Amino acid sequence: MISLNDLRISYRIGSWVIPAVDGVTLTIPDGCIVGIAGESGCGKSTLMKAIYGDIRSPMYLAGGSIDYGLKSSDGRPVTTDTIRREWFKSISYIPQSSMNSLNPVKRISTQFTDFPGTDSNKKRVLEKARGYIGKLGLPPEALDSYPHQLSGGMRQRIMIALATFFQPELIIADEPTTALDVVVQKEILMLLMEVQEMMGNTILVVSHDMGVHYQVTHKMLIMYAGRVVEYGDTESVFADPQHAYTKMLIDSLPAIGDDSMRGVLASMAGAGGDRAYRVEPDLIEVKPGHFVARPSLSEGVAV
Amino acid sequence: MTVILRTEGLNKVYRQGGFVRSRQVKALNDVNISVESDRPVVIAVVGESGSGKTTLAKTLLRLETPTSGQAIVYDTVVTGKGSTLSRHDFLGLVQPIFQNPFEAFSRYRPVDAYLHETARRVAGMDEAQAEVAVAEALRNVGLDHAEVRGKYTNQFSGGELQRISVARALIPQPKLIVADEPVSMIDASRRMVIINLFKRLRDEAGRSFLYITHDLATAYYISDFVAVMNKGVVVEFGPARQVMGDPQHAYTKLLLSSIPTTKARWRPRKAAA
Amino acid sequence: MSTTIVSETAAPATPKRRRDSFLWLLNGRLALGLVILAVFVLASLILPFFCPVDPSQQATYLKNMPISWDHLLGTNAIGQDIFWFLIIAIRNSLTLGVLVGVGVTIIATAVGLSAGYIGGNFERVVMLVVDSFITIPLLPILIILGAVIRGNSSFLTVGFIILIFGWAWGARTIRSMALTLREREFINMARFSGAGTIHVLVREIFPYVSAYMLVAFINTVLFAINTEATLAVIGLSKVEVPTLGSIIFWALNYNALFTGNYVWIIAPIVATVLLFLGLFLTSTGFNSAFASKRGVQ
Repeated sequence: MISLNDLRISYRIGSWVIPAVDGVTLTIPDGCIVGIAGESGCGKSTLMKAIYGDIRSPMYLAGGSIDYGLKSSDGRPVTTDTIRREWFKSISYIPQSSMNSLNPVKRISTQFTDFPGTDSNKKRVLEKARGYIGKLGLPPEALDSYPHQLSGGMRQRIMIALATFFQPELIIADEPTTALDVVVQKEILMLLMEVQEMMGNTILVVSHDMGVHYQVTHKMLIMYAGRVVEYGDTESVFADPQHAYTKMLIDSLPAIGDDSMRGVLASMAGAGGDRAYRVEPDLIEVKPGHFVARPSLSEGVAV
Repeated sequence: MTVILRTEGLNKVYRQGGFVRSRQVKALNDVNISVESDRPVVIAVVGESGSGKTTLAKTLLRLETPTSGQAIVYDTVVTGKGSTLSRHDFLGLVQPIFQNPFEAFSRYRPVDAYLHETARRVAGMDEAQAEVAVAEALRNVGLDHAEVRGKYTNQFSGGELQRISVARALIPQPKLIVADEPVSMIDASRRMVIINLFKRLRDEAGRSFLYITHDLATAYYISDFVAVMNKGVVVEFGPARQVMGDPQHAYTKLLLSSIPTTKARWRPRKAAA
Repeated sequence: MSTTIVSETAAPATPKRRRDSFLWLLNGRLALGLVILAVFVLASLILPFFCPVDPSQQATYLKNMPISWDHLLGTNAIGQDIFWFLIIAIRNSLTLGVLVGVGVTIIATAVGLSAGYIGGNFERVVMLVVDSFITIPLLPILIILGAVIRGNSSFLTVGFIILIFGWAWGARTIRSMALTLREREFINMARFSGAGTIHVLVREIFPYVSAYMLVAFINTVLFAINTEATLAVIGLSKVEVPTLGSIIFWALNYNALFTGNYVWIIAPIVATVLLFLGLFLTSTGFNSAFASKRGVQ
């Protein structure tokens, strides 16, 4: 559904230009959960912002385009400039920290009725909302509360409720559970999977936790230094990782009951060669549906 | 056998609220754990937010005073009832590593200034001895003094800053290092470098660690003993392999089953369209 | 529990810390402000050496002479050369302002930092004193004092009184800065490195408040000059001493507007406005320079 065509997004700070996304070409299919993995600074958050349409100075579109495959209410195809109007309708966003996104001095109910273009009958919207959040495991009183009266897990459920209320076709979840405890994290992830199966939409999940990706996603995208390193079905990527960086990410975490030295060796390798994993922007299909990028031989310092 | 760590009836109560109406929060609720050993050990304290693990660390570091009870580290009463330990002696016995590597040093001072200061003020060394000790400590964590000298906190990565923090903590040769979530702000794939450093320091340099974390996997990998905390109470405590391999308490079981592993799926994933 | 992951690699794009050159400071506002101030400061330091006679002496020249090459701004109704009188006035006002500014900044910083960091009962007592001083209205007190002492007080007594009532507000601000800084992790790091309270205040906390102190200093200079001028205009300062305010006082007294000696009253007003403009631009210029520096980092 969404096609990224040689997308390049950079930041301009003073006289410095930082290429955060450096040539991503990809088609994201409908109806599945796609995980985006990579370490900090690889460009995954910037990519999400670009897809969401939140491109503001000092960030700018340096090249390429995004093809949303959607039509807006006036019948014309949606582009990067017009995607804003689709926020919460065709596309929505679940942020990492719910406390930063919910207005602390307003009750939750006003956050639901505050959307532009909703049903002007607020009562009706609230009725629907009350029923809806019940499906997500929240008590109806949650609507009348202030954000600080709810726990972190409940707030994140509210964020999911807000993001999915209008049944968008695409949901972007940027580290949705990183700030949550592990027990709550499991509940939220299960909820996300249920929502996706119920609505049949696409969810892009950004996370640095490979375990989360394994549990939740259908397809996986690994990024490094602004480029896609590997892409394919999650099963395939985990069972048979093609690129050394993917292998390193998968191996570098110890598991309980695992007494091997795998984790140590993997991260020692990672700690040294920052340049070792740089790739070219093109992806090559090495197995059906499983793509990997070629290593970049000569790449000068990008900054 | 030396008492590496023992807490006896350790309580910490906070008062929340205003002048008229307030309620009491028991951050530490009658914590009793005891670890005795002839060799240095790594003791992990795991739990979620609000479990009291950070309060325990702060109490042991004397950043908070317990409401009642006492804590003993290496046969010395460090805090609570009956503690007569001077600040100076305490700093030579217990040293910390904090969670946020980017906040650990002032933006306006070169990071090695803290190492030199520790050498001179806590370890009582003179300028020449301090130079040697700082270089040695940095070497122990895999860093070169020449590379670190005179640089500021924004010139290092998170992992490097944490290693410098470890080096600083090593200088006064403390018996116990209290590490409060030392790797939670470092990229997942680079955590093992730090964790393994702790392991090496325990085995080769004879330092014991109190490792506070919410990450059960790294706790399993490195610890000798594990304490599981929930809402201020220690719900389970024992040798690491036992607690994590054969958990007895319902909360421990819940915690272990919630970790997203790459072993078994929670829900079957149908291949995408 | 906050577990936001921070970037593992040091941001390679951040320009290397420039500790030697201060070019990052200069933005348009700051540059203009500094230029204006430089003109004033140099004029008040150097020009007095060329002054032919003591400008405050009366009846030195013919009265109410127009602008000429002999008298760059003419003379006033008392027979003084306006230009030289103005130069000395600027010097005196600036001196007062700077002295008060330095005094206020030192006291406010010492009180604010220690109260904020040490806390406990010490802080409570100190803040009680600070708040008392803040709530006392300065101008009415000065007017009363001026009326009582009328003309018998020395020029510096006025400055001293401004100092006494001027330090409290800065102390309060710096104390709240110290309060937030106290909680930061590097303070703990310093303490575990064996640092004592004084050391922590000076080496760890002070650099973080120094930017504010500079801005507060400049604002205090502005405030001091302004207050003294206000007092002088209503005749409660020692008006024989040339200051920006006393020129206006005499000009008003001798009805400069009605006698047609516009230069006499306009010159000090223009000078005052320009000086304040220079101080203001410098203050806000520094503010935005520090802010943008924090932003890049």
